[in-house]
Amino acid sequence: MTQLRFLLNDTEIALTEVGASDTLLDHLRLTRRLTGTKEGCAEGDCGACTVLSGRLTEDGALIYEPINACIRLMASCHATHVVTIEHLRGPDGGLHPVQQAMVDHHGSQCGFCTPGIVMALYGLWMTNPEAGEAEIETALQGNICRCTGYAPIIRAALAVGAAGGQTQDALARERLAVAARLRSMRGSRVSLARGGDRALIPADTDDLAALLQEEPGATLVAGATDVGLWVTKFMRDISPAIFIGHLMKEIVVENGTIRLGAGVTYSEAMPLIARHLPQAAEYWSRIGGWQVRNAGTIGANIANGSPIGDTPPLLIALGARLVLRRGDARREIPLEAFFIEYGKQDRQPGEFVEAVLIPLPGEGDRIAAYKISKRRDSDITAVAAGIAIRVEEGRIASARLAFGGMAGTPRRAARAEAALLGQPFAAPAFDAAGRALAEDFQPLTDMRASAAYRATVARNLIRRFWLEQSEPGLPLRLRQSEEA
Amino acid sequence: MKDDSTTLRGQAHQDLIHDSAAKHVAGRADYTDDLIEPVGTLHAYLGLSTCAHGRITGMDFADTLAHPGVLGVLTAADLEGVNDVSPSGRGDDPILADGLVQFWGQPVFAVIAATRDQARRAAHKARISYDPLPAILDPVAALEAGGPYVTEPLTLRRGDAAGALARARHRIAGRLAVGGQDHFYLEGQIALAIPGEDDEMALHVSTQHPSEVQHMVAHVLRVPSHSVVVNVRRMGGGFGGKETQMNLFACVAAVAARRWRSAVKIRPDRDDDMIATGKRHDFVIDYRAGFDDEGRITAIEGDFIARCGFSADLSGPVTDRALFHADNAYYYPDVRVSSHPMKTNTVSNTAFRGFGGPQGCIMAERVIEEIAYALRLDPLEVRKRNLYRNGQLTPYHQEVQDQILPRLIDELEESSDYQARRRAVLDWNAQDGVIRKGIALTPVKFGISFTNTAFNQAGALIHVYADGSIQLNHGGTEMGQGLNTKVAQVVAEAFQCDISRIKITRTTTEKVPNTSATAASSGTDLNGMAALDAAEQIKARLVAFVAERWQVAPDRVTFAPGHLRAGDHLIPFDQVIRAAYLARIHLSAAGFYKTPKIHWDRATGRGRPFYYFAYGAAVAEVSVDTLTGEYVIDRADILHDVGRSLNPALDRGQVEGAFVQGAGWLTTEELWWDGDGRLRTHAPSTYKVPLASDRPRIFNVRLADWSEAAERTIKRSKAVGEPPFVLGISVFEAINMAVASLADYREPARIDAPATPERVLMAAERLRG
Repeated sequence: MTQLRFLLNDTEIALTEVGASDTLLDHLRLTRRLTGTKEGCAEGDCGACTVLSGRLTEDGALIYEPINACIRLMASCHATHVVTIEHLRGPDGGLHPVQQAMVDHHGSQCGFCTPGIVMALYGLWMTNPEAGEAEIETALQGNICRCTGYAPIIRAALAVGAAGGQTQDALARERLAVAARLRSMRGSRVSLARGGDRALIPADTDDLAALLQEEPGATLVAGATDVGLWVTKFMRDISPAIFIGHLMKEIVVENGTIRLGAGVTYSEAMPLIARHLPQAAEYWSRIGGWQVRNAGTIGANIANGSPIGDTPPLLIALGARLVLRRGDARREIPLEAFFIEYGKQDRQPGEFVEAVLIPLPGEGDRIAAYKISKRRDSDITAVAAGIAIRVEEGRIASARLAFGGMAGTPRRAARAEAALLGQPFAAPAFDAAGRALAEDFQPLTDMRASAAYRATVARNLIRRFWLEQSEPGLPLRLRQSEEA
Repeated sequence: MKDDSTTLRGQAHQDLIHDSAAKHVAGRADYTDDLIEPVGTLHAYLGLSTCAHGRITGMDFADTLAHPGVLGVLTAADLEGVNDVSPSGRGDDPILADGLVQFWGQPVFAVIAATRDQARRAAHKARISYDPLPAILDPVAALEAGGPYVTEPLTLRRGDAAGALARARHRIAGRLAVGGQDHFYLEGQIALAIPGEDDEMALHVSTQHPSEVQHMVAHVLRVPSHSVVVNVRRMGGGFGGKETQMNLFACVAAVAARRWRSAVKIRPDRDDDMIATGKRHDFVIDYRAGFDDEGRITAIEGDFIARCGFSADLSGPVTDRALFHADNAYYYPDVRVSSHPMKTNTVSNTAFRGFGGPQGCIMAERVIEEIAYALRLDPLEVRKRNLYRNGQLTPYHQEVQDQILPRLIDELEESSDYQARRRAVLDWNAQDGVIRKGIALTPVKFGISFTNTAFNQAGALIHVYADGSIQLNHGGTEMGQGLNTKVAQVVAEAFQCDISRIKITRTTTEKVPNTSATAASSGTDLNGMAALDAAEQIKARLVAFVAERWQVAPDRVTFAPGHLRAGDHLIPFDQVIRAAYLARIHLSAAGFYKTPKIHWDRATGRGRPFYYFAYGAAVAEVSVDTLTGEYVIDRADILHDVGRSLNPALDRGQVEGAFVQGAGWLTTEELWWDGDGRLRTHAPSTYKVPLASDRPRIFNVRLADWSEAAERTIKRSKAVGEPPFVLGISVFEAINMAVASLADYREPARIDAPATPERVLMAAERLRG
């Protein structure tokens, strides 16, 4: 196929001239003149461009998720339903209940962030009508309002949640028809181009494997929460680009192992994390904002190779392994071995990350994940730590400590681990491990944190881990009440 | 027109939604980038310097010009008129760098192309070379090097501060560094220029100051102001960032529009916007205070060293206002405070909500904190002992006459349960845990008026059409604060009509000339009065007409809801207007207002720069994680004075928003330059403004509904835009208290602002020893 097909509000769109770097936001504003969706930052951090993306899941259900149109590349829209602010209306054709609540509670001042906030709250209202303040805050992690101080927006969200009406909503009523239309758009491989700027959408994972053999130098684009910025901020040429966000979605738990397809988004993995790794649930909800978690994938977070990717420290600590595939050949490596040095990963031309295998924690495993950033939510990590300790008969039988933001790659703290291994499970071992960190890492100073802060806080996280494990009743976390 | 005679909507002092709210939520409120572009609109994009200080030795545009869609490049040499947008008339603000680059990110050239994408990509293909010169980035280094001021410094003095300090029973001295702040208006800078006949140029600009854009564009195009029209329907946020910073963009668009005879739009991306436009001034403040055994301040000396950037811009009045607020709410018997507006090779800092005032107030609050710790008193007690009493003089010799803080603080102390909560915080901290708490009550007293007396004037234009509908225009601009709504409420009440009768139109220099910036919290005070003046003129003509037509004495003609009453007659408004039109009554009026009583002599440092003061106070309680430096605001209680509020719902919104923005300034919003003078926090990925989860989870905001402006302000209301921003200091002090608990409050934590988790943790580590 040489056509990009998607549903935009109630119009079916078919485009033949589409480049890899074309963004949804520009298409909406410049081509369609749907100017209700705003550009605030063009990097997925302010949420003014929030739209809903409706897509079919593996089991055939149609779900709608808020995403950032500014870094959503057009080729990622194939066979999806893009819903913009212009599509919202109430049962009587007037304002939608979410919009009306925002009006009633004075939730807009300058109004520029408002369409994006309405879309995020609309997404929440559809899926979690009973959302409380903490859940509303989580849903709004990806939306900046500079005027209101958020209080009236939260009041609006609480009020509309209580009002009900979800089943009468237009998107709910049209669900079956939309799902059928989206299903009809799927099928064979799609090849698109605008001049020399080429975008390829493989039909399935086998097609991806074949395609990547043909185009070993292609840019792989999953959720585009990073590649999108290469385009919008650095104006990099990503052609030819292969769009894989719709692939590798399997989530399987068997034989003591979680198998996550590389294309599983942070949001898709959330229920699994909550169930099998509750110690990491809070950490997981601090990866990006909601829009980013709906787009970004775990496989790409790893494959990207960033020293400050949020998933590797936790996954390395858990002993995760990576499945890499080239053509039909697959190999499996420990996750930490994937990161060779800054900017260099163990991935051959034509090879891609297919899945990550995470051993389920066992009895006696003590696990924690910590993220330190300037701002609590939707911030890039200054220091991240994943810690997994196994205690057997009062001694530390296994210790895996992995850190992000402390070196050129996410990496284990070998000396700190050595300081723990075989020692009695007691404060002195953790003090020694904290001290050993200074030999493990010589972090850098940048705009996110100084070297001194990184070193100090990393050491303190080990201390925190010990306190949490040794005295579970101690108040150690901010907003303690929410942990209950 | 339908006016129900008993339930008029939108009168003064009523809650009323923002006039654009329904359009905001539907995505139908048009911002400048949403306007339909004229056919053939071209796009301009700026090229920025990559050197903090240096001479331009070469500009190679070969690849830029070869890029598809590019029509040409503008440099300083292509500007026919004045290459300057200095708002102070100093001639130190080039539109495009002319040979000399003075900060990293300074606009050097502009590319004009068929699309914005083409212009932007082409701009990055230019090769500019420099001969670097030594760069001074830091204001203290600039001062120590004897570096120049960008504008004349100011000293305010009363009494003999040095002598009183020497005689003081107790003395403290310290240094507080206070960071700047990016506006992060959601809608970035943007201008669309459309050339017309002869020399005419019409512009749509996201600006707080249409008249200044008009003036600047006229200068740059070498045409009289009458040839330039500037329009703005609304901004997606301003906060001071569009008081002068839009001038450069508007001028580039206008110059290109004239040269290529096409409409030209210019919109930088977020990174360029944050790199190339000014911010809140960061200060280093050296303070010395003398006080007695009860914590009463006897003497203050303060030196305010400001990073102004490479040009004056508004640094003069900003640093002046810092000094005007160095007392915040407290009486200093002997005082000397001085500004040091340093020139640095950084972007030229500018207006930002509070305009230097918050940076002044924070010194006062730090001094109070120091005194309280030194004497082991509750800082609130020290505050109360030092509050102004009516009749006392400020450091600029204005008599305080409208003090309401004692009552306001007492009420807030009570309603927030401050004393019990402070005890609970102290008890909690005494358990020596990882999580520490802090609580602080800080007040604000904020001076209202432009300190440049001439700016305190405004105009308005009201048309009553023959069908009874009313069009309202004034010189103020709408940036979300609800100015248009509040002014319309004033007019609705004047005519006793429903607000739906009134159409609020865009701000345009065609309707009201020579306006001041919508700034200094003055928008409603000035424009509301001007609109009322216009309404009263038309009303007077209607009264005279009705008296004659219905044969009653003029004093028996009154405005009733939806009607005029003439003796025993009750005549519908529409009918009166129709009759007045046929009787050839003039149904349009231009209103005007100038603030009375104010005067200021900068040379002597004496006068009455402020018409009145607005007051408020906040109690913030925080929890701090002393292993990481992270924190949350658990609760904030605010009681704020807006006089008799014109619209309590909108005013509460201003207070809530300002508080969170003020807290952001002092917590996570950190501007970080590298050693080369390059700003590295220039997008929301790296510059962290508060999110929903950063707001106080418990957030009780009340207006002091008993307050009434002592002066004859519009309907006895008070300004609201800036004063509550200062209340964010309560969060800052509470964080400091939580950290100070680690050393049993023997000394204050003395954390610099912003109190990022890093600064908090490093202070905690220091106090833990």
